[in-house]
Amino acid sequence: MRIPGYWRNTQFFYRLAGWKCVHCGAFHHYKPVVCKRCGSREFAQAELPSSGKLITYTIVRSPPRGFELFAPYAIGLIELEDGTRILSQLTDFKENELKDEIKVEAVFRRVRINGDQGIIEYGYKFRPALRRS
Amino acid sequence: MTGVYIAGIGFTKIAEHWDKDLECLMAEAAVKALENAGVSTVNAIYVGCALNEFLQGQANLGALMAESAGLVGVPAFRVEAAEASGAAALYMGFCDVASGGSEAVLIVGGEKLSDGLTEEVSSGMMMSGRTWHESFIGADFYALNALLYKLYSKRYGEEGIPFFPVISHEHAEGIPHAQYPFKISLDRVIESPFIAEPLRMLEVSGIGDGAAAIILVNEDLARRLDSFKARIFISSATDYVNPFEREDPLKLQSVLLAVSKVLEQGKSDRSEMDMIELHDATSILAALCLESAGFSPPGSAGKLAMKGEFGLNGYLPCNTFGGLKARGHPFGATAIYQVAEIYLQLAGLAGKNQLDSPRSGLAISLSGVGATAFAILLNKE
Repeated sequence: MRIPGYWRNTQFFYRLAGWKCVHCGAFHHYKPVVCKRCGSREFAQAELPSSGKLITYTIVRSPPRGFELFAPYAIGLIELEDGTRILSQLTDFKENELKDEIKVEAVFRRVRINGDQGIIEYGYKFRPALRRS
Repeated sequence: MTGVYIAGIGFTKIAEHWDKDLECLMAEAAVKALENAGVSTVNAIYVGCALNEFLQGQANLGALMAESAGLVGVPAFRVEAAEASGAAALYMGFCDVASGGSEAVLIVGGEKLSDGLTEEVSSGMMMSGRTWHESFIGADFYALNALLYKLYSKRYGEEGIPFFPVISHEHAEGIPHAQYPFKISLDRVIESPFIAEPLRMLEVSGIGDGAAAIILVNEDLARRLDSFKARIFISSATDYVNPFEREDPLKLQSVLLAVSKVLEQGKSDRSEMDMIELHDATSILAALCLESAGFSPPGSAGKLAMKGEFGLNGYLPCNTFGGLKARGHPFGATAIYQVAEIYLQLAGLAGKNQLDSPRSGLAISLSGVGATAFAILLNKE
């Protein structure tokens, strides 16, 4: 929970960027040594799509440390347009707007305040997709 | 390879032990187990604890344990696998004896969760997920369980899932070492507030302190000791840490693998199991354990629970001393309590919850939501 660990992962937190296995396509948010699905050692940098659909969600009411100010907050299981499934906090929703299967899109938000130094960490959250005409 | 036997057990009540340090609580259990087995020393000590660095700021538990139990000089190691740390210590101790490295070993599991604030314990549980992935966004243990619960309800319906805490509490009633030794009704479970919907407060295990210990011995020593002996087998498997990266999040492959392997080792069959200790850290995990291990078809565990099939008179009694929900869930100690309770059943020492001459029992212990699974089989010979 130190600054270097956060820094190493900002490409994923800021841009949903990581590495895809060139053989099986499995996405890794960290730089892998061996593909977790097929064992291959060849990867290409890739960005995940920033929209998808909400499979289901829950509301965390008894938060872990660092998240007290945000509770209660929603955690969603999301299927992105390329089929990758990720977990994310949900934000910018009105009461009764959260429903399974709605379209969602990534936004950039403050995620938590971490550690004794009170480092403010930023990253992706997802919100119900805005209707664009 | 020699057969491995449990020759003695010891444990403390699970409670908020404000007046005791972690290693002192563990020493109480260790000394009871040594006396119970009738041995004065062992060749090695394996300590299971999940959060000692995080909650107590204490490392080096092996040496501390040897000192606290009056066994200075004996090699001692701490073994970690998050909430399944006790089972991991048991696994290492089992391998040590089975391979002929040791004649007798002491396994101690302990945890003092009440040293932390509720949100710290929650952070501690979240450490079984990836720090810079699930944990970074606040997807804690309860959130992951809630999402699995929702997927389960969509596929099969939630009927009977909230009944698992009712079974555990019924069995814990009047048990001296249980943290919550009283019954609760299904209505009370359903009316309890959400911790992460659809998961309710009374569907998750509480925060407590406890320590449990076991003495494992080889065949030769087992023959010479007067205490009751149960043959033990243990197996383990892993899965993707994030359950939503698994092919089917509702199938705990690690549980299926570990259970299948341990039954093969013990030349036993699912139908021969007289009891099972489930990892009911949440109600939904109890159901997923039963279904993934092959003891009830997918989607049926809750319905079978409602019919009483997992009660003391059912076809597969579960959590006969209250399980994680009601006996308590001090992470590193939990698996050792599970095994000690099966030992008591096989020895005929289970008191008011004694089953009718059981010969085989199985315990399942998980880290996270099945990232690691351990299956432990006890047979009466």
